[in-house]
Amino acid sequence: MRNIWIICRKEMKSYFASPIAYLLMAFFALIFGFGFFTATRDFVRFGFMAEMQGRNMPMNVNEQVIRPLLGFASTVALFLVPMITMRLFAEEKKTGTIELLLTSPVYDWEIILGKWLGALLLYLCVLAMSGINIALLFAFGRPDWKPILVGYLGLILQGGTLLAIGAFISTLTKNQIIAGGVTFFVCLLLWLLSWFTAFDSTGYGQVVNYLSIVTHFEGFAKGVLDSKDVVFYISMIFFGLFITSRSMESLRWRA
Amino acid sequence: MIKVQGLTKRYARTVAVDNISFEVEKGQIVGFLGPNGAGKTTTMRVLTCFLPPTTGTATVAGFDVLENPHEVKKHIGYLPETPPLYPEMEVTEYLTFVGKLKGISSADINRRVDEVTERCAVGDVRTKLIGKLSKGYRQRVGLAQAIIHNPDVLVLDEPTAGLDPKQIIETRELIKHLAGDHTIILSTHILPEVEHSCQRVVIINQGKLVATDSVENLTNRLRGAESVALEVASSNGPLDPAAVQQRLEQVSGVSRVLPREVRDGRLAFEVESLQGRHIRADLARAVVNAGWNLNELRAVGLSLEEIFLQLTGGEKKDAPAPVQEPATK
Repeated sequence: MRNIWIICRKEMKSYFASPIAYLLMAFFALIFGFGFFTATRDFVRFGFMAEMQGRNMPMNVNEQVIRPLLGFASTVALFLVPMITMRLFAEEKKTGTIELLLTSPVYDWEIILGKWLGALLLYLCVLAMSGINIALLFAFGRPDWKPILVGYLGLILQGGTLLAIGAFISTLTKNQIIAGGVTFFVCLLLWLLSWFTAFDSTGYGQVVNYLSIVTHFEGFAKGVLDSKDVVFYISMIFFGLFITSRSMESLRWRA
Repeated sequence: MIKVQGLTKRYARTVAVDNISFEVEKGQIVGFLGPNGAGKTTTMRVLTCFLPPTTGTATVAGFDVLENPHEVKKHIGYLPETPPLYPEMEVTEYLTFVGKLKGISSADINRRVDEVTERCAVGDVRTKLIGKLSKGYRQRVGLAQAIIHNPDVLVLDEPTAGLDPKQIIETRELIKHLAGDHTIILSTHILPEVEHSCQRVVIINQGKLVATDSVENLTNRLRGAESVALEVASSNGPLDPAAVQQRLEQVSGVSRVLPREVRDGRLAFEVESLQGRHIRADLARAVVNAGWNLNELRAVGLSLEEIFLQLTGGEKKDAPAPVQEPATK
């Protein structure tokens, strides 16, 4: 446990010693802020219109502002993850510091878990930027906090999954650009799977659809905590970290 | 302390290390010698559990590298060819990180970091970013990293590569100082380094073990005879090289005379003695009695370099053939 924490802290330091952490946080704050602005503007405009027409439309901040925002955030995360994970192992392989880690009395899984947690913590810091906007909603409205919590849990689980996959891809190469590019492509693919198969009701279509990262997030965005989705994400995280450890092991044999 | 038996490491197409066996006693400094690409780094990586051997075994401090890598890693400090440094960290921060990774408790870590920074003379850059350090400092931080957990065995892969002469001397001194508490394996392709700091040499070439012995034994065994550099000039008129050579060959105890160069009337020779004979005095007398000027007379020991080239079948074609006479014991 101690080793995981040591490595995790080292990863966090590395992220915050370079501009990458601040860049990602600023980038996300900007994009999310833009999405927030659009969503609330439409919400307010819609409310005025409903009032003027004298119709008593049910208005709900959670449904009409937060849910699309969370969906938006989950899409943006697809772009963030490759930038977080691309350096995880590729950089250490390039500079040779992987030799230090692999010849220290720590187990492979401790290294992997430490690095993954470090990446996850940075991802949390980036997500935390959206807290500013959500806080505004609480200041001027009365949104229900429970679905928001579930939504964020979904974002964390989805992020964890993608980070695990990204970590795996980063073990495959010395080149950060390649690691980042391939991770982005895979993230995109996992996202698009649901598009390709949205109207496909065959068995294969269902399976492919099930594998899409996004289908499982929809429940969370609605504020529904479905064990099926939680299990999907957690097993994907395990799978990602498992193949990372396999890849690390084969690194020794190939080297 | 270190025992390697029948170690072979095969990569996809090449055999990097081929059936190597050697042993290292506790407290020794062993030089691992070989040309580039001989398999030094691969062997070291096997010892440090970075790579698993294809066949054969290696044990460090009594633990097998395949069966008990975790224990081996605890007992070994490793400085790879390029020091494994994180440029974005400060020196103390980095050493603290490595120390903790090597299992030093939080209570001891600051004391250990202070100790190794002092020992490796990196105290004056302790708050600097590693990325801003010069090559010499980086190497020393790398060394500090390797000894931070006070390991029984130190594996140093070309510890002086790329340093300036002063730094090389400092690093050698440092390694010598470390010798008492640690068993050290250092690889190099620079021979004086082995002569300076090592007690034993393991020479490998193209993945095969060529020789393993103590430095003195190896030099003695291969030297066999004395070799003398001689320069003769004439006081009046040009000299006939053939005549001089003939005269030198007549001196008792000389096994052969090799003409080296002729430069404005001065003739240089390399004279080799028979086993165990001292010929310098007789040579000098012979030259002077013949009425020539003796410009230079100096013993050239067969350097480790020549031994190395002989053993590895190097390019020096006219080097004396290894051990013609049976070595006296």
